[in-house]
Formats: sequence, structure tokens, C-alpha cells
Amino acid sequence: MRLWGDIAVNGCNGRAAVHELSLIQSLINMVVKSAIENNIKKVTKVQLVVGEYHGVLPESLEFAFGILTEGTVCAGSELAIEKSALLLKCRKCAHEFHPDGYLYTCPICTAVNAELVKGRELYVHYYEGE
Amino acid sequence: MKIIVGQDLLSANASQAGENRVLFKNHRLAVINLISAPGSGKTALLEKTASLLKGKLKLGVVVGDLYTARDAERIERAGVTAVQINTEGVCHLTADMVARALQEVSLDQLNLLFIENVGNLVCPVSFDLGERAKVALLSVAEGSDKPAKYPGIFREAMATVISKVDLLPYTDFDLPACLEEIQQINGNQQFFITSAHSGQGLSQWCAWLEQLAAGKFNGNSIASRS
Repeated sequence: MRLWGDIAVNGCNGRAAVHELSLIQSLINMVVKSAIENNIKKVTKVQLVVGEYHGVLPESLEFAFGILTEGTVCAGSELAIEKSALLLKCRKCAHEFHPDGYLYTCPICTAVNAELVKGRELYVHYYEGE
Repeated sequence: MKIIVGQDLLSANASQAGENRVLFKNHRLAVINLISAPGSGKTALLEKTASLLKGKLKLGVVVGDLYTARDAERIERAGVTAVQINTEGVCHLTADMVARALQEVSLDQLNLLFIENVGNLVCPVSFDLGERAKVALLSVAEGSDKPAKYPGIFREAMATVISKVDLLPYTDFDLPACLEEIQQINGNQQFFITSAHSGQGLSQWCAWLEQLAAGKFNGNSIASRS
């Protein structure tokens, strides 16, 4: 048996306690890499799209962003979070709807397991800098 | 200046998960990502599964915990190759952690690999590890309200194992209502009503694993992926 320890997660040193931290760390890695490629010295705003499916809290993303951007080209920049609402499509009657609560049940024909059309996004849309 | 990026935050994980999936396919290996709350009996289920499948399937286990190698030690005592990953505080396994741990396993010698995720019903669901199936484990001791509180894992699971059913007479766990609720969240899944203590339901569970290892149910385990 082998014991593995101190494994880096998405570029951070394995010290993140919640997954918001590792998500924000990959966001910063992406933006920093792109800023170097585009010769940007200071990032002023990062626009992030978060689908409702992920259930991540804007407050914890902002908190993680504030801490993890320190000492990077993103320090002091604004994290703008654009939420993307869930859109489901009934597999039986093809009705499109937003779920009321956690069940993906069609309000028209009551079929369960509706297909997810939109709301699973989690990506950096753009950033601004100079 | 405005720079359009459009890159997914989970893209690094997704690409490593894709590589893991190819590796598993090349070795004709069925891989299960086992997800549950801490203390629901993941390790006990694997110990019993190992003894029941002895001589039928060759099992391997990758175990994730924040600290200690206790679970891997227990599984090794059951005669199964186990690799422990210590995440040192991280609440989920990533495809990258699994890829490194796999370097320690002779995949050619296995038919079925379990990845025992960190005990957590929330975060592990977001991180694809390259598995063929996610399996959720819910113990009677946790309460029958958990699928409604944490629907994500039940939505993506190919099967749900209810564990510790020998405790049913001592709790107010409403088994029929719980199963009904899981079915409403995701009706395309298999249920196993089990007790590692009494052995109840384990033969059905092992029969399903044998079918999985034989290459059945190769479809997408995720009921609703955009």
C-alpha cells in the first residue's frame, strides 16, 4: 500500500477546505496565463458565469477570490458573477420549464427526470485589464 | 481592454478525467466512483464486497480521505489492492489525484476498480474522475431526508445503495418514502437495500457489479448532462 499526501488540486497546494476555493484557483490560473499572453499588467474585472445547477454561493466565490488573487495580476479586481438559471426540458412532452425546488418534475405532465438544457455553466466569460 | 476567455473552470479536471476514461477503457476496467457522507459505511461495504467477489472478480480500491491510511489498511486486510490518497483538507477527489494514485496499481490485473471518494455528499459530485458509474451510498443512520437535502448525487448516480438496514427497527427512517423520493429525483437507477452487518442485499449488489464488470450498462450514467 502507498500513501499519497500533499497533492496539488487544480494548481493550489491542497490546502483549500471547500471546493469554491479550488474553482477560484483554477479561474485565477486561467486569467493569469491569459494576461501574460496578452501582455496585460493589471486585471480590473473578471466576469464569471455560474449555472444554478452547481449551487455555489456567490459570497464564498467572492471571499475566495479576494484571498487567492493577492499578489497576482488580478489583485484588487472585481469578480462579477453572472448567474445562469436552470432550464429543463421534459423528456415526455418536451415542455421547457424552470424547476420549483429540487425535483425535475414536469409541471404539465408530471414526468420526472427532465433533461437539463441550461444552467450547468461554470466558465470565465471575459476579463478586463490594461 | 476586454479579453474573451470562455473556458470552463472544470476544464483541467475534465481533460484529465477524459484521459483516465481512456486508460480504463484500454484495460477493460469497470470503475465506480463511490460517493456518500462520512460514516455511511463505504469501507464496510467494500470489505464485504471483496470477500463475496473473491475468486470471481479482481478488485482494486483507491481510497480518498483528508488524513490517515486507516481505510486502505482495512481494505487490504480484506485481500484487495488499495491505494490511499490523502487530500490534506480538500473535500473531494480530483481526476488528477486519481491519475497519480493509478500509477501504483497494476490495472491489467483488475476487473473492477472502486474509487472511494472523500466522505461528502456535495463537492465530489462536481468532479468527474473518469468513472463508468457513480454510486451513491446512504445509511439508515443518516435519515431518510437526505436525498431531498442533497439531490445532486442521487441525480447523477447509476445506483444507490441503502446501507445499515439492520438498524431500521431502531430509527424512524421511512424506507419506502426515501426510495420514492430518490426515484423522483432520478428514476433511471438501481437500488440495493443492504446491511454489511447481516449481509442482506449484498448478493444482488455483487451480481450487479459482475454485470457492470462484464461490460453491461455502458450508457451515460448521468441522467441530465447539458
